[in-house]
Amino acid sequence: MTQQPTLTIRGLHKSFGDNHVLRGIDLDVNQGDCIAILGASGSGKSTFLRCLNFMEIPSDGEITHAGKTIGTARTGKSRVYPESELTKVRQKVGMVFQQFNLFPHMTVLGNITEGLRTVQRMDKASAETRAHAELARVGLAEKAEEYPSRLSGGQKQRVAIARALALAPDLMLFDEPTSALDPELVSEVLNVIRGIADEGRTMLLVTHEVGFAYHVANRVIFMADGIIQEEGPPEQVLKNPQNPKTQAFLARHKQFEF
Amino acid sequence: MEYVWDFGSVWEYRAALWVGLINTLRIFAICLVAGLSLGLAIGLARYSVRRWLRWPAACFIELFRNTPVLVQIFWFYFAFPILAPFEISALMAAALGITLNSAAFSAEIFRGGIQTIDPGQWEAGRAIGMRHREIMARIILPQAVRRMLPALTNRGIEIFKMTTLASAIAYADVLHQARLIASVNFNPIEAYTVVAIAFFVILYPIVRATYVLERRLAKGD
Repeated sequence: MTQQPTLTIRGLHKSFGDNHVLRGIDLDVNQGDCIAILGASGSGKSTFLRCLNFMEIPSDGEITHAGKTIGTARTGKSRVYPESELTKVRQKVGMVFQQFNLFPHMTVLGNITEGLRTVQRMDKASAETRAHAELARVGLAEKAEEYPSRLSGGQKQRVAIARALALAPDLMLFDEPTSALDPELVSEVLNVIRGIADEGRTMLLVTHEVGFAYHVANRVIFMADGIIQEEGPPEQVLKNPQNPKTQAFLARHKQFEF
Repeated sequence: MEYVWDFGSVWEYRAALWVGLINTLRIFAICLVAGLSLGLAIGLARYSVRRWLRWPAACFIELFRNTPVLVQIFWFYFAFPILAPFEISALMAAALGITLNSAAFSAEIFRGGIQTIDPGQWEAGRAIGMRHREIMARIILPQAVRRMLPALTNRGIEIFKMTTLASAIAYADVLHQARLIASVNFNPIEAYTVVAIAFFVILYPIVRATYVLERRLAKGD
């Protein structure tokens, strides 16, 4: 039986003015996939990820989520994306940002219940029950009443993960989730992400943690110049890369390994 | 020559001053509420995603920010009845001038406050499926208002002091009453001193209270 992909991306382009960042990306994301996206800065990997929940509006191409192609086609012009449609997609596509972006004026609990209450109109008691469960999952059950300013970077990012998971998305996007963290805080966040991957959740992860990609992802994508240069199982892409750009990138990343 | 202070003659007319003070507070309340609300609305329009809302807001701000309040008050009081088929009271004319002027200034405060909020806050709201309007109301404004509080306090103080301009069109505010008392008793120093003290006594506790509010709101930052 062939299963319908969770996400289908066809001919995705994105330009910022004259800067053509994404130059035609095709990808099928299947349920349960954990896809690591690697690439040098400027390769377009973050922009690609941000197109998938429409933080950036694609300049061209089609994104099909759960069988539905998002937006409305117009002849001769790029698609239009009404806000009402995007808010629905975004509830199903969770995103975790490099800079956490917690709401500083709300408690940890308030951060997690916000989407449930305001967007999904869930009653307070149910929303808080759900939020406490998500907090327990990321190991921060006792921090519910704290404000974000009282948390470490690693704790903030775990709260941000809980906030995204609370909406029960069918796809999670991680945009360099550990790049803003002090080195000693990276592993607590990676462990949480690994736990989520082990549950079989579908996710795409932009990262510089090549080792993590190797151990956790089932597929690795290497991007450069706005296109996917190489794609395959981590064993193949990371240990036996075929594309010279992938080889050069990995050589740089492994330079100081011992 | 030694000046002999005579507050007794002002005290005799305390009832008239009291009436003036009530009138001052009345016009202040109107202008504060209307000016800040309208300012918020125009500030939001100025920041709207819709062009047809943005540019009228910008025109409004520039028009009322760059003309003197006193001229606006005179205009509404003397010129408006010539153009419109009805007259407006001194209270209405003064309140209108002060409100529109304050709205123009507070719109800029609101817009500036909104712009200081990290774009990541917008993105985080969008990422969990919130609409523009919901993000503004639940995420951006609550944070922006905290940062704007000192500027808004200043605006409130300005509005309160601006109400004395209403006396120029014979609205019976506290300054107008004091001027009457001074002209009857020939004691302008005492009469205006009382007005100054009245303003200070009312404003200072309010300012202190906003300091406390600022500190309480600062939790979580």
